[in-house]
Amino acid sequence: MTAGYSTRFTRRNSVAGSSKSTWFKRPGILPGFWPAFSYSVLYLTLIVLIPLSAVFLKAATAGWSKIWDTISSPRVVAAYKVTFGASFAAAVASVVIGFLIAWALTRYKFPGRAAMDALVDIPFALPTAVAGISLTSIYAPNGWLGRYLEPLGIKVAFTPLGITIALIFIGLPFVVRSVQPVLEDADHEIEEAASSLGASRWQVFRLVLLPAFRPALLTGFALAFARGLGEYGSVVFISGNLPMKTEIAPLLIIAKLEQYDYAGAAAIAVAMLLASFLMLFGINAIQGRSRRFMETKLS
Amino acid sequence: MITTSRTRVLRAEPTWLRRSLIGLALGLTLLFIVLPLAAVFIQAFDKGWQVWQAAVTEENARSAIMLSLMVTGISVPLNLFFGLTAAWTIARFQFKGRNLLLTLIDIPFGVSPVVSGLIFVLVFGAQGWFGAWLADRDVQIIFAVPGIVLATVFVTFPFVARELIPLMQSQGSDEEEAAIVLGATAWQMFRRVTLPNIKWGLLYGVVLCTARALGEFGAVSVVSGHIRGATNTIPLHVEILYNEYNYTAAFAVASLLSVVAVVTLALKKFLEWKTREDNG
Repeated sequence: MTAGYSTRFTRRNSVAGSSKSTWFKRPGILPGFWPAFSYSVLYLTLIVLIPLSAVFLKAATAGWSKIWDTISSPRVVAAYKVTFGASFAAAVASVVIGFLIAWALTRYKFPGRAAMDALVDIPFALPTAVAGISLTSIYAPNGWLGRYLEPLGIKVAFTPLGITIALIFIGLPFVVRSVQPVLEDADHEIEEAASSLGASRWQVFRLVLLPAFRPALLTGFALAFARGLGEYGSVVFISGNLPMKTEIAPLLIIAKLEQYDYAGAAAIAVAMLLASFLMLFGINAIQGRSRRFMETKLS
Repeated sequence: MITTSRTRVLRAEPTWLRRSLIGLALGLTLLFIVLPLAAVFIQAFDKGWQVWQAAVTEENARSAIMLSLMVTGISVPLNLFFGLTAAWTIARFQFKGRNLLLTLIDIPFGVSPVVSGLIFVLVFGAQGWFGAWLADRDVQIIFAVPGIVLATVFVTFPFVARELIPLMQSQGSDEEEAAIVLGATAWQMFRRVTLPNIKWGLLYGVVLCTARALGEFGAVSVVSGHIRGATNTIPLHVEILYNEYNYTAAFAVASLLSVVAVVTLALKKFLEWKTREDNG
């Protein structure tokens, strides 16, 4: 519907608009293009572009050697490792658990399904600091679950495992909400064709269904991973913040700021920003590819 | 036809497998998602109603609540207006740079909350771009309320726009064009045609924006300076109480934010239902 609308609109514009101005087509008959456009751009410039460019400029004015010294110092490297490792592990776990939840929500009817569907959004709505103290109290050595895990030799709070658990909480809804619409739209006829041709249920799942869900699973993974890299509130309580062991990268930015080392903070931030922009870029590429795939399939 | 094919697929897994998958999915949802929310309320009322009440009405808690409400009261209207102008631009017109604008709107989702706070410290902080200039004029932005507002605005500005853009795109502009052709002014068109069409989506965007503004922690923590009774928002007050081992009070104040979260989820369901009803 969207695509139909935009092509129709462009076609009419190319007749009405001046052919010389290729930058801005004449905005049709609807009013308010220029005021709305100018205000949006001004707002984005003041709130996003200028402050964001400050990080890059601050890091750049400090010089490459300063940036390199900062981001290659052992404590920062250790923090990157913890952040990337825990985010990656949590994103993998979120994909598995999230897929299972989305599968049950879309394929089966059971009492409490609607409630479960609503509850999946809790991590989106619950403030990160609240999630952080709550998870810590659950998994601390004397906590509800921690006290049963401790005798088994499993320490969760104040270890990388605790960071991972917090990031699974944060990442799960991203996976469920990425996969759910694809599962809902899945073409049942293909499945039936496969099973009527003699494929077992497991073969249908592995060879027919899973490939169709791969782009959505990848998107969910990338969203959860990118979110995990920058996550602060839910992690900072459960991590225990031991230097070289459970310190995450965002915490080091705060540590640098507290020492008034603005350039150092900016350097760590630039590395993190580049990582998460790369992730977002990847997500767009995945989504673009699967959209094209769907369009060719439909036409 | 669809129903028959669906029921056949539903029966495709053996009952034992279906039941265990449902059980496993339910169990994991409870363990990973519901338990942390439930734990907040249980620990908040651990020592009874009176302790809870004392914790949320104590002076520092009250000033944190007032500050959070004030910051939210400033940032949400700003972002509501921006959301409307951005959605009108992007969903109703074709122009070069439209995708760039869309990408810019997504930026806060890809930026760590801590970095969202840091960028304003670099611009307005003591050693930032305007630090000396502001100090000369005795204006304080960082470690003061304006910085908290700026960081909150940054973190929450995509919500309204993100809700409205797909909604307005799917509705198309036929009704609005008809209104203009029939002689409506821009304001009449907006009030009588656009607004009634988008009202539930707009409301949902505002709900999300409000919930996030009240609960934002990382970005605000960087710019606030944690001055008790002056620059502590509700989440920062929770952090301080928790770090002082005052767990019951921390969870009591946190339970206020959790109520906001639960109300947000309920409103989401309600508004989704309303939108479906309106669209037939």
